[in-house]
Amino acid sequence: MTDEVKHEGSAPSQRPQGRPDRPERGDRPDRGPGGREGGRKFFRRKKVCKFCVEKIDDINYKDVRLLQQFVAERGKIVPRRLTGVCTPHQRRLTSAIKRARNIALLPFAAR
Amino acid sequence: METATIMQRAYELMFIVRPDLLEEDVDKLIATLQGHATNAGAVVQNTEKMGKRRLAYDVKKFQDGQYVLFTLNADGKAIHELERRLRVAEQVIKFITVRTDEEEQRLEKVRKIRASHTKRAPVEPAVAESETPAVGA
Repeated sequence: MTDEVKHEGSAPSQRPQGRPDRPERGDRPDRGPGGREGGRKFFRRKKVCKFCVEKIDDINYKDVRLLQQFVAERGKIVPRRLTGVCTPHQRRLTSAIKRARNIALLPFAAR
Repeated sequence: METATIMQRAYELMFIVRPDLLEEDVDKLIATLQGHATNAGAVVQNTEKMGKRRLAYDVKKFQDGQYVLFTLNADGKAIHELERRLRVAEQVIKFITVRTDEEEQRLEKVRKIRASHTKRAPVEPAVAESETPAVGA
């Protein structure tokens, strides 16, 4: 039980496919005025939805281990564009995280 | 009892008991709550003590809590009554009720579709079964 608290520190590293990534179409000029030199030249591998790949149907609010992978250190829900989760699963994930917060399984805000 | 026939839905009731409560007192509390539930017309399917856990944030100045999970079939009135009881009980510091029947139905559907799509059916449902009750350890 308590190991999940320790677990939290290492959470960012095990988040699927590294978080500062943008989606492949990230070279769209939506990066503001400085968009020109911000264009990425190297290839990013396409991120896939963890729930689709591993066929996890049930995103349960009690499964803290699973949910923690999609929560940033400060307790925020990590956006889809960073994790690669598909829209239907992100929707379920969000409600599961919010439920878990309500019953003190996950923090609303850490520190 | 006519309330039992009206609208029975599946719910999950999770609550946190204060950490300094002794094991037998927790059991006693669970027993009384179960009594209240059946009196209100609910059918308690399963109770699970999920043990002591560190809370993600302080609740009533407690840092730990003992989690208990009820799985029950009930109608809205019974749930309302149970929630009132939980609110009054001072050993219970937090609770949440989640309706699970619709989610179950959805999962059932997904599983069926998946089973029909994959021809290696005998392996697949077994995996899906074992994954679903994965409670947060």
